[in-house]
Amino acid sequence: MNKRLPIGLAIIMLGVPCSLLVAFTHYPAIQALINSFWNNASSRRPSRFVGVENYQALFEDDRLAQVLINSTIYALGTIPLAIGLAIGMALLVNSRLPGTTLMRLSFFMPTMLPMIAVANIWLFFYAPGIGLASQILGIFGLPSINFLGSTDTSLASMMFVAVWKEAGLFMIFYLAALQSVPTNLKDAAKLEGAGSVRIFIDVVMPLLRPTTIFVAVNALINAFRLVDHVIVMTEGGPNNSSALLLYYIYEVTFRQRDFAYGATLTVLMVIMLGILAIFQFWVLNRKAHYQ
Amino acid sequence: MSNGLNKILLSTFAAVIAALWALPFIYSVWTAFHDEKYSANFQWDAPWTIANFLEAWQAAPFSVYFFNTLILITIILIANLILCTLVAYAFVRYKFRWAGFLFALIMVQLLISPEILIVENYLTLSRVGLTDTIIGIALPYLTSAFGIFLLRQTFLTVPKSLDEAAQIEGAGAWRVLWNIYVPLAWPIYLAYSLVSISFHWNNFLWPLIVTNSPEVRPLTVGLSVFATVDSGVEWSLVNAATLMTTAPLIIAFIIFQRQFVANFMRAGIK
Repeated sequence: MNKRLPIGLAIIMLGVPCSLLVAFTHYPAIQALINSFWNNASSRRPSRFVGVENYQALFEDDRLAQVLINSTIYALGTIPLAIGLAIGMALLVNSRLPGTTLMRLSFFMPTMLPMIAVANIWLFFYAPGIGLASQILGIFGLPSINFLGSTDTSLASMMFVAVWKEAGLFMIFYLAALQSVPTNLKDAAKLEGAGSVRIFIDVVMPLLRPTTIFVAVNALINAFRLVDHVIVMTEGGPNNSSALLLYYIYEVTFRQRDFAYGATLTVLMVIMLGILAIFQFWVLNRKAHYQ
Repeated sequence: MSNGLNKILLSTFAAVIAALWALPFIYSVWTAFHDEKYSANFQWDAPWTIANFLEAWQAAPFSVYFFNTLILITIILIANLILCTLVAYAFVRYKFRWAGFLFALIMVQLLISPEILIVENYLTLSRVGLTDTIIGIALPYLTSAFGIFLLRQTFLTVPKSLDEAAQIEGAGAWRVLWNIYVPLAWPIYLAYSLVSISFHWNNFLWPLIVTNSPEVRPLTVGLSVFATVDSGVEWSLVNAATLMTTAPLIIAFIIFQRQFVANFMRAGIK
């Protein structure tokens, strides 16, 4: 049976870490909520209580509407694609094909790179007229495309960069899961005459569920919190076509110096993340119990 | 039979996919080692050079950036290892009121990570005058819910009998922690350190907001300034700088590849 925690030990063990955590996680979250009901202080007058004025502004903000649509497309596009690719990569790397070490290196390398480095690499790759993308299109006699400079392609181009960076990390988790699938299950299925596709769908897939839950939750959080590439590659442009929510918070707060609206957007983001996480957990858990 | 043909087809397919996946990175590396005039026109026999690296190194204070990043990841790693160990140990070995509630409060950080709270955290930092300092970049990351979670899971697997035996021998709380819990969690410490180092080596948005002057910039912020301002956007220079700033991580990864992957797996699954 565990002992009672003496107060002295409690202060030493929990005091510093918990106060740091509260100061930079809970306090700012609550402070954002409070600040969202106040307007910005200026040199002439102090900040004043404005009620839900900032929240009314949310509904009239056309840029925000665009940003939320972009974020939704970004999350819905990148997460399933990255997960699908990660499973495929894990199957390849886990197979008995020659060269799996090099394959693993190739798939996992982008994950090791900072998003800033990845952004530079792809900025160069996409560069109209200069980059490899244009050179390859040129070989086939196709005109070069301004991937990042056109409203039609900028968001998709950013999504591809994100998938490129993340799929390798998810592959590692699937690789671990694949290696822990008991071989006797697969052997049994084989004895029953199941082909490798059947074995994958009926034996392996259900065992990958917990990994998928873990990866999907992580991917969702990442889709919201990682916007380094947006800052470096497009600054949300052209015409907001590639702006994501956290990038918009950054721009409103630190470029336009509108801290009150920044706080309001932060509250919006925290609420959205909370709802999404609960929803995702609930849906995936239900599916997991279904079988 | 067709099995052999299948295998050849599948191998070719896998090799092509892996090569295409690595292509943007390989091309960037190739450009970094060649003259600027080849960056827009690939020529397989173009002469190799390291001039870009020398020029990039001189064009911006990369040695300062490297130093800052090293200080930053060291501060965060040491603080994380100590603080997360203490919290995890308290939760596993002792019972106290509100323990479950407190644990749930800590786990909130997994969802609402410091990146999302940049607005208010920046205001906090400027109120205490720590903007534009390395310690200011580190502060929100000194405790990590992920680290606490990971260590708690590990400490839970330590056999109670070992703990009790040590107590009978007269070992106090700290001796038990140091001689029993920490050694048994060694692989997890290693895994966590690798994850932490690579995360903070790569972190960009928060340091970008907090820092203003070149003296405190970490590598990622320095690189982005270099790529947009200092280099005059010469692609061979940008690629050389990109490669240079990430080389230590890449080399470390290639050397420790097996342990790294194994540890990443362990970190993710438990």
